Amino acid sequence: MNKQDILDNIKLLSGTDVKKCMKCGKCSGRCPAYKEMDVKPHQFVNYLAEGKLDKLMESKAFWYCLSCMACVERCPRGVAPQGVIEAVRSTFVRMQDNNGVKAEDIPPIVDETVPQQLLVSAYRKYNK
Amino acid sequence: MKISYYPGCTLKTKAKELDKYARLSAEALGVTMEEIKDWQCCGAVYPTARDEIATKLSAVRALDYAKNNGGKLLTLCSACHNVIKRVNADMKEDENIRFKANNYLALETPYAGETEVIHYLEMLRDVVGFDEIEKKVKKPIGKKIGAYYGCLLLRPGKVMAFDDPENPSIIEDFIKAIGGEAVKYPFRNECCGAYVSLKNEDLPKSRSAAIIKSARDHGAEMLTTACPLCLYNLQKNGGMPVVYFTELLAEALGVKE
Repeated sequence: MNKQDILDNIKLLSGTDVKKCMKCGKCSGRCPAYKEMDVKPHQFVNYLAEGKLDKLMESKAFWYCLSCMACVERCPRGVAPQGVIEAVRSTFVRMQDNNGVKAEDIPPIVDETVPQQLLVSAYRKYNK
Repeated sequence: MKISYYPGCTLKTKAKELDKYARLSAEALGVTMEEIKDWQCCGAVYPTARDEIATKLSAVRALDYAKNNGGKLLTLCSACHNVIKRVNADMKEDENIRFKANNYLALETPYAGETEVIHYLEMLRDVVGFDEIEKKVKKPIGKKIGAYYGCLLLRPGKVMAFDDPENPSIIEDFIKAIGGEAVKYPFRNECCGAYVSLKNEDLPKSRSAAIIKSARDHGAEMLTTACPLCLYNLQKNGGMPVVYFTELLAEALGVKE
């Protein structure tokens, strides 16, 4: 796949039309992970619209998206920034050796109170 | 009445109270929850990448079972509800996903989103009725309780159609019905930090602390939720009692063991 094919595929996976964005910034304004993100939700949308694949793929921010859907709910133009972030993360994670969680890192951070829901969610989001 | 019920993995392990008190309370309210056969973990998060099919199949299996067993599927865990309801919408509205999922499952009759997915709280509101619950309360709770909705029950609002996603009232109405004082606070539908602790421990800490602070500043003495992961994050990082809403219900109905 060339660069344009990869960008087209990210658009397909995102399920949203980034051209509808009017750059109001409301998605980033309400994002609970905003401070942790090197690339902000509105920038994900913008970079995809402008075809800046490197900026998207080099980002660390897609690990911190909580999929809380606040950005999707509050976008006045019906754009889904979370959809773009998940599409970029999926594209990254689906490449060999790019899983975000390693099995050997889990035991030290798991105690008897950790719910299955946390581990299943994290594995689904971070690994393929 | 009987209703097909999907419990989910966490309700069989770390969140047994959520399940146990739901069943006891439902019986007291005239509803029998019939656990569906051979259910599989829903995956805990709805996969939003539009080419995901395999990760949705366990939800479709549960939905198809319920279609042939009463037509309704009752959920309780917020995450299961979110996944199953959204997958159901895909099976109803997305031809590509419906075609591929059915090709794989090869059911006798293809599944096309026929099942009605209802959350336990919706059952209390729409099937039993909060008025009826109020009449059956034996021990009013009498505490100042903050409803913690989180994300999964409410968003995306168009698909979940659970309540007003920005100004919900169903859990507050529930709290009033069981004799509690419902405390509204701004952070009740903000994210607790979810699963990100495996990547960044500080994020759930700061998010949960902000939620607890907001609730405390508005006068809540405790929080109630339907989500095991929210309960975990809030309890770990908060410093305020957090209980499952079904435990409060069982207590109020006098069936808590």
